[in-house]
Amino acid sequence: MTPVARPEPRVARPLVVAASPHLKGRDSVPTIMWNVVGSLVPIIAAATWFFGPSALFVIGASALGALGTERVLGRSPSSPRSRWGSIADGSAAITGILLGLTLPAGMPLWMAFIGGAFAIGFGKLLFGGIGYNIFNPALLGRAFLMAAFPVATTTWPAAAGAGASWWSLRGDNFALPLLTARATDAITAATPLNLMKFEHKGTALLDLVLGTTGGSLGETAGLLILLCGAYLAWRGFLNWRIPASILATVAAVAALLHSIDAGRYPSASFMLFSGGIMLGAVYMATDPVTAPVTNAGRWVFGVGVGLLVVVIRIWGGLPEGVMYAILLMNALVPFLNRATQPRVFGTRVAREGAP
Amino acid sequence: MAEAGAGLLSRLARSAARRTNAFGFSHGVHPPEHKELTAHLPIRRMPFPEEVVLPLRQHAGKPAKLVVGKGAHVERGDMLAAADGWVSSPVHASASGWVTDIDWWPHPDGSMCTAVRLAVERYSGQVARPRMVPDWHGLSQAEVLRAVQEAGVVGLGGAAFPTHVKLAPPKDATIDTVVVNGAECEPYLTTDHRTMVEYPERVHFGLRIMMHALDVRRGIIGVERNKPDAIEALERTRPADLDVTVLPLTVKYPQGAEKMLIRSVLGREVASGKLPASVGVIVQNVGSVATLAEVFETGLPLVERIVTVSGRGVQRPANLLVPVGTKLRDLLAFCGGLTDDAALVLFGGPMMGLPQGNLDVPILKGTTGVVVLTHDEVRDQQSFACIHCGRCLDACPMFLNPSLLGELAKAGRHEEMEAAHLADCMLCGSCSYVCPSNIPLAQLFQASKTALRRQKAAGQ
Repeated sequence: MTPVARPEPRVARPLVVAASPHLKGRDSVPTIMWNVVGSLVPIIAAATWFFGPSALFVIGASALGALGTERVLGRSPSSPRSRWGSIADGSAAITGILLGLTLPAGMPLWMAFIGGAFAIGFGKLLFGGIGYNIFNPALLGRAFLMAAFPVATTTWPAAAGAGASWWSLRGDNFALPLLTARATDAITAATPLNLMKFEHKGTALLDLVLGTTGGSLGETAGLLILLCGAYLAWRGFLNWRIPASILATVAAVAALLHSIDAGRYPSASFMLFSGGIMLGAVYMATDPVTAPVTNAGRWVFGVGVGLLVVVIRIWGGLPEGVMYAILLMNALVPFLNRATQPRVFGTRVAREGAP
Repeated sequence: MAEAGAGLLSRLARSAARRTNAFGFSHGVHPPEHKELTAHLPIRRMPFPEEVVLPLRQHAGKPAKLVVGKGAHVERGDMLAAADGWVSSPVHASASGWVTDIDWWPHPDGSMCTAVRLAVERYSGQVARPRMVPDWHGLSQAEVLRAVQEAGVVGLGGAAFPTHVKLAPPKDATIDTVVVNGAECEPYLTTDHRTMVEYPERVHFGLRIMMHALDVRRGIIGVERNKPDAIEALERTRPADLDVTVLPLTVKYPQGAEKMLIRSVLGREVASGKLPASVGVIVQNVGSVATLAEVFETGLPLVERIVTVSGRGVQRPANLLVPVGTKLRDLLAFCGGLTDDAALVLFGGPMMGLPQGNLDVPILKGTTGVVVLTHDEVRDQQSFACIHCGRCLDACPMFLNPSLLGELAKAGRHEEMEAAHLADCMLCGSCSYVCPSNIPLAQLFQASKTALRRQKAAGQ
């Protein structure tokens, strides 16, 4: 028999043999995280507009603390090729920026830096890095700063338009570590929540919505935060159920209390647009790692955060309660996950059919 | 005014009627379809290769029992191996020729399997022996089943479950509907699509035989909306004397999964661990139904099938009618070979297909297509820790918690996975597809299922 030339498909490179599915959706962890960072840019810009260069310094210092800690202590076994280590996934940048946004503009930079380092080091890496932490790292960093530097974290410079030049610093940002900050002539202003709590004074709703009030860097511009959150929800990078349930709960409970005694209890619109509720609801509570994984759990989580915020603000000793509300609910997440497992397809039928 | 109102009302009524039948299923994913590569290409017959290799295990159940020896001369359609028991199916020669060898041969599932190698007779007309064409009208149910089994008909949608077993549902189940699965939700594949466009009468004839064998009055053909020409062809040839509905379905993966399809067309939920017969339904793939019709038209057993060869890694994508047992190598060569950036050769579609590392594996009865992906399409190997984003929960059509199951799998806690309904996972891969952390969830679940099976086997 004469040999016949066999048709051979030429294989240029070795074939891959991998388990199915062989296709992959578009979004990856870095895509999601860096998009969140991108959505924070307008909020950083607004903070800079209101509080001058101090805003950039404080946010930069806390981000530097977070990123530096992540780079030095973080490990990324899954992406050894990246020169940036685990910074590349973008989650440390979010933590650093978010922490910076919760701080007042006059904060000494070394404190902000330590806060960022603590947030990542203690709040995230100690638990095992991305995906394993229980508490929102940025809020843990803020809780640490509140405990360690109570004065610096509650000295609120006034927003722009209070008379001083935009270029002037809003506090002794460059104070040396461990030394008492020099008293500056920066104008301070009580936050709307402080005014409400301790002086029973309201703030015009328009100021609250636009952000032209005293407060932490990134929490004042309620409307802007909502818009940025809407963008993230539209792209599918943020689960809308959490902010929706938090804001709805706060609004409902506040409206109820307001209708009972309008003199004692602030209105729903005030509650929604004052303090850190917007930033907390849109950016902190929605951190997927520290929020429930089921949609039912997310609704419960959001309602819980909303209730705690109202309780702490109205009956607690602090003017603001978003941070503790979210941290407390973070601790409940494993329980919420267990309690809200989805109903597996075909199981209800089985139960009905069982004798 | 009244006229416009009446028109609007009738339009609403019509759209409601269209919708009342299609219930749909929740969750699922939308991978890119890529059907445009082959959807318009008519089915062509591939010339007979020089050799075909026919493994004895081409179906779910017991492998077939050899009935020929080395050196035997067989004609196209002759039986090489007989069914070994009820849940088994015979294997027939897909070409005339000589049995050159009976030995182990690489199987597309990655294992080795006893296979019959046939040197194809050159210059043969490859005309099958004249044979009895069973007259379905006069046959009892048992006789239809025997004819179907003898023809070696198995599910052509991938799982290759023997068709005659499906046609004999458990005695306690009352079957009221036959559902023909024309969803073809896997990207790239157009095998069923072309069958429906080019052989709609066969689909209807096969459905008629199934309804006769099962004594069922209602038939539904579910087709995803992205195949309007198939829906049109089936509508055009719909028999007037049967209650057959052609139902357009939402384009969503995994629409063609049995339980999802039943939920979609009838709104019935098959209980966990139960078969479709428990809700009165028998589901059969469109290709198998058409093959069934062929058996009762020509008497020829299942010796060839339609295969889509597609993907950006293949030079000339095509829909081909190929003899069962054609080697992957010959099939790819006929399609012009691989491109330089070809990376992954799959039997089946990219969501559930089996990767092939050996081009000598044969096309089986259950091979729906050959898809070749390029290097830039292949999944990245890097993965991150689970960030609990919950996308897998929103993708899983079985409403499992892949996030939790994945963590349990990594920790080797297989018993807990069983309690979390691992058995309901059908490995559709929707969770892995959406996972932003790129965790190989479906692979972990497959491995855990195997580990559990082994544990149980060891415990017995």
